[in-house]
Amino acid sequence: MTTDDLGRNLTRAIPADAEHLSRLHDRLAAVALADGLLDIAYRTVDSPVGSLLLAATDVGLVRVAFASEGHEAVLQGLAERISPRILRARPRLDSVARELDEYFDGRRRTFDITLDWRLSHGFRATVLRHLPEIGYGQTATYAAVAQLADNPKAVRAVGTACATNPLPLVVPCHRVVRSDGGIGAYRGGAEAKRTLLTLEASS
Amino acid sequence: MTGKKPFETVVAAHGATVLRVCRAVVGPIDADDAWSETFLSAMKAYEELPVDANLEAWLVTIAHRKAIDVTRARSRRAIPVAETPDTGTAPAADSGDLDDVLVIALAALPAKQKQAVAYHYLADLPYNDVAAILGGSVEAARRAAADGIATLRRNYPGLTAPRLTGSKGEPQ
Repeated sequence: MTTDDLGRNLTRAIPADAEHLSRLHDRLAAVALADGLLDIAYRTVDSPVGSLLLAATDVGLVRVAFASEGHEAVLQGLAERISPRILRARPRLDSVARELDEYFDGRRRTFDITLDWRLSHGFRATVLRHLPEIGYGQTATYAAVAQLADNPKAVRAVGTACATNPLPLVVPCHRVVRSDGGIGAYRGGAEAKRTLLTLEASS
Repeated sequence: MTGKKPFETVVAAHGATVLRVCRAVVGPIDADDAWSETFLSAMKAYEELPVDANLEAWLVTIAHRKAIDVTRARSRRAIPVAETPDTGTAPAADSGDLDDVLVIALAALPAKQKQAVAYHYLADLPYNDVAAILGGSVEAARRAAADGIATLRRNYPGLTAPRLTGSKGEPQ
């Protein structure tokens, strides 16, 4: 038996099983949260529009991401733009997950969630803050939203603001559609947008 | 991509190795506290760590210090605790029994030998990293690991089994 084998035997003899590590991880996240070390907590939830990543700072919900965006890439982006002190930690996001669940069940029409707007700037942020004025089950055209944001000519910029919304679903960019009746682009894909509009129309 | 990875990735990639190192060095009872203290401390310092730093060597260095803290705290409390390795229910397989013997033999090694074996064989760190952690020469680190391995070999029957190929020589 070689010394390499001994290393392998040692690794096998000293367990580090996934379940135990998962408990240690959750304890770490809880202590980090309590000690103010955790800058971003996240979790994923299943939904009718696929797996959603929810990320929150101590200010509030900062990012909602669709699976199509690549959750790992989104977390890497948050590490670079906000802080790399990121851990999966469900408790900070339990209420957001519950409200989304109620929304997808047709039992919730508005969200009561504190938002962290730090990923939106300038005119895009202005546009996004007006979107909650479009009520549940309604739609508005990009041109109408440009008017809401006091810049009627900025129709294309409204499109960009919606396409780069860091808080989709909660900030309802899915309710903004094209003036020719087309559904328009969506960060989670046109299919997801259709699913949401259908859900809201039937609830 | 030049940015630092989310800390979650660090825990996922190195959590198991750090836990094995902690279990090897302080035993299964204190290992959880040593592990938690290691990652909490790492999280505090993570933002200042250079992007190209060797994460495993950095984490094992922190784990080494935290293991010493945890061991000191326990000896100050001086509560007698059975030091039998907690390997759960006895495995039926022969290799499982041999593993228990190996863990007990490792626990009985002098601290420096145990640390050198853990950092080199469990964390895969080269001897110059091991020496930097233990605070001696590279040669001393190498010798501590070799002495530890020699003792394990005497106490661990599996290691005296005849080699099948003999093609792979013992290092040093």
